[in-house]
Amino acid sequence: MSLLSQRDNGEPMLPTPYRVVARQVETHDSVTLGLAPVAEQLPHFQPGQFTMLYAHGIGEIPVSISGEPSTRDGLLTQTIHAVGAVSRALHDARVGAAVGVRGPFGTSWDLESAEGHDLLIAAGGIGLAPLRPVVLGALAHRQRYGRIMVVAGARGPQEFLFRTELSAWAARDDLNVTLTADQPARGWTGRVGFVTEPLTGLQLDPWRTIAFLCGPEPMMRICANVLLRHGLPPEQIRLSLERNMQCGIGLCGHCQLGPLLICRDGPIVDYATAADLLTVREL
Amino acid sequence: MNTPAAVVIDRPGLDGLIRGLMADGYQVIGPTVRDSAIVLAELDSPDQLPAGWGVDASPGHYRLRPREDGAVFAHSAGPQSWKQFLHPARQRLWSSRPDRTYTAESGDALRYAFIGVRGCDLAAIGILDTVLAGGAHSDSAYARRRRATFVLAVNCTEPGGVCFCASTHTGPAVTAGYDLALTERLDAGEHGFLVEVGTEEGARILAQVPQRRATAGDVEEAQAEVARAAGRMGRQMPEVDLRDLLHQSRESPLWEDVASRCLSCANCTMVCPTCFCTTTEDVTDLTGEHAERWQRWASCFEIDFSYLHGGSVRPSVASRYRQWISHKLSTWHDQFGSSGCVGCGRCIAWCPAGIDITAEVARLAEDAGRGQQDVSAQPAG
Amino acid sequence: MPSPPTLAIWKFTSCDGCQLTLLDCEDELLTLAGQVRITHFPEASSEVLPGPYDVSLVKGSITTADEQLRIHHIREQSHVLVAIGACATSGGIQALRNFTDVAQFRALVYASPEYIDTLATSTPIAAHVPVDYELRGCPIDRRQLLEVLSAFLIGRKPDLPDTSVCTECKRRGLTCVMVADGTPCLGPVTHAGCGALCPAYRRGCFGCFGPMTSPNIPALVSQLRACGLNEDAIQRAFRTFNAAAPAFIEEVQYRRTQCR
Repeated sequence: MSLLSQRDNGEPMLPTPYRVVARQVETHDSVTLGLAPVAEQLPHFQPGQFTMLYAHGIGEIPVSISGEPSTRDGLLTQTIHAVGAVSRALHDARVGAAVGVRGPFGTSWDLESAEGHDLLIAAGGIGLAPLRPVVLGALAHRQRYGRIMVVAGARGPQEFLFRTELSAWAARDDLNVTLTADQPARGWTGRVGFVTEPLTGLQLDPWRTIAFLCGPEPMMRICANVLLRHGLPPEQIRLSLERNMQCGIGLCGHCQLGPLLICRDGPIVDYATAADLLTVREL
Repeated sequence: MNTPAAVVIDRPGLDGLIRGLMADGYQVIGPTVRDSAIVLAELDSPDQLPAGWGVDASPGHYRLRPREDGAVFAHSAGPQSWKQFLHPARQRLWSSRPDRTYTAESGDALRYAFIGVRGCDLAAIGILDTVLAGGAHSDSAYARRRRATFVLAVNCTEPGGVCFCASTHTGPAVTAGYDLALTERLDAGEHGFLVEVGTEEGARILAQVPQRRATAGDVEEAQAEVARAAGRMGRQMPEVDLRDLLHQSRESPLWEDVASRCLSCANCTMVCPTCFCTTTEDVTDLTGEHAERWQRWASCFEIDFSYLHGGSVRPSVASRYRQWISHKLSTWHDQFGSSGCVGCGRCIAWCPAGIDITAEVARLAEDAGRGQQDVSAQPAG
Repeated sequence: MPSPPTLAIWKFTSCDGCQLTLLDCEDELLTLAGQVRITHFPEASSEVLPGPYDVSLVKGSITTADEQLRIHHIREQSHVLVAIGACATSGGIQALRNFTDVAQFRALVYASPEYIDTLATSTPIAAHVPVDYELRGCPIDRRQLLEVLSAFLIGRKPDLPDTSVCTECKRRGLTCVMVADGTPCLGPVTHAGCGALCPAYRRGCFGCFGPMTSPNIPALVSQLRACGLNEDAIQRAFRTFNAAAPAFIEEVQYRRTQCR
């Protein structure tokens, strides 16, 4: 009965009321919301973690946190891609709207352990959202890291998240930013092609580099293979996995991927753990 | 607490224990005959125990069988398990107030007393404790109910045709986690129960009924009876490294073969005493003002269970059966530090197609080229 | 204040059981009337208001040339179209005609068959126009109807599990009638939604909610035989309310070729 005699850790399934205090349109179907606690404030998050966001009467979805990791004011920044009924309702939420929040949950990018290393951040589409706190966290302590390389891809030039910020990053000389659009478009003078392509041409010191990948699973698999060919050990490649997360705390069973409960043992795992799991059909 | 010596009570003594628990405010849940089966239900009286009923079980088949000896606990697992009460099939998690704040379900103040929890099922409750209340975040409703539960366990002396707890090392004896443990004794026309005390609460309840101190002979005979039960299991799980076997069998052709027989009806997961998966329901009234969130049992056999980005991760039945059995026997170790199977045999008896987990594992072991000697090995008891 | 969403109920070839399910929502009907403007509900009122309609509930199957045209018009006028009941979702009991010559039936049943204008088949709504949601059952389940309506009103995807009836049976704590009594039951291949109504009365499931997603009917047929059903009885079991559901048709045809 020792397990049960532990103190109660509250009601992890109960949302905490938050309110939309900022809304920034990112693309035609995604926005970044600023959420502030109505009263009680949730614990501080680590880059890579997610929350469960609840839209009144519609449902709850996992959303990774895309804000500045050093913030301590309780404000949550979350980027929403409207794909289903819940994400559409959150996407459409206006300033002042009430939302319920649980979290933060899951593993982090563990940026601290990458100190003294070069950072390679590769994002596909909405995958840039959970990686933004990595870039912001590293820039906040720029001297602690070696080279920082950001490679971001999107379907088209208008599909990049955080476009103003990306331009500002690209203008810095202590940050190497490569943007690539899947399809050519009028007025786009940047690279055209998948995000995996610029990775091949990068000059990397494989022993000094920690890679952070987030995007569609095939994109991450291909990127990881490119990095393995560069000589990176799989333990130095971190990726953010996605499965059907419902409870966020390892109790509902939906997000299993082999031995992992992605909400609890992920979403961030290293490629040494994930490689084997991502190649089995329908695992 | 010093472990008190074992005692012996008779059938009226057992009835007295149950009445004592009722008088103490416990809601008593125990086995009783209903709808052609021995089910677990709230008992109003000890007379509702299934005295004189046994069970014949085989794959996809379960029949009640009258016994002449009046035994109360001589039946193997029925269609339900204790999770029905500790981790209910459907429960409200919270409801919203008009100001868009949320109220957790306050939880019933019920104190359950479970009567007749066998070794397999006590092990299953222990596994649920780890899964639902042993991690960083716990299911608060489960933990609340569980803490208030009194467990009257029984050492199993009558395994059934689909039982294999001896080979999963979860029975037939109960080892820990009980308030009181009984061994039913039917020899020489005398119907008695050897009682061992696990907790002070157990001792307090036991003190209310007539009893005699057990002799060394009583204890030895009871232990011998349980040991004999270990040798009478209807089935056995191959004693190989299941965790490794399932891991190695991810691409086995067996999955397609099982899929041809599997109904993907989810019965196995629903009757399994450790299958804990749930899904949530968002509910609103027609005005949309009042919202609630409910939780219900889910199953990895449901196509939508793994839904992600417009489709299921596991659309084929083969992959869903592989997920279930691999989780149960292999990845459960990675996630929760033990196997998820306790050898109760429910998934075998209550599968309408009669798919037998022990037989499927034996075939995997055979395919892995190392099954022969292991499959013929005797259970360790 | 924005005008409330409009709700219309349309009848094709069917009985009125499903529509009565809506009338049976006595406690909720007044609330519903406050949330939507009911623009067409033949069982409750003869008034028909012009479209477009935010939600159309369509019951019945398509069995006449006129119905074939009318369903397209309704689809064009409807933002969300929900097919309700076995007739609308699989063709209903009247789809038994699909397996034989409807002219024979017509001649047998009607004194003046020349007045009867009918198609050779009874087909579900989805065979003619895109359908947003389907409520299965003969008749539909009242709770599922309220779920579709309350989900629509707030913008939620309705919770309509496509799993087996067994999941509901086990959640209710019922004892399996097939395993414990040897009673033939279509539950393991039948779409959930009724709440395991028949097994709760110790009857086997009749399959009135039609096939679940990807049913394994051959695996169930072996068990039905073990329960003592012969080939004719098995065919009859699948030839009821959802006889023309593709999964059920395929099964009967498959077994017929096996028997030859």
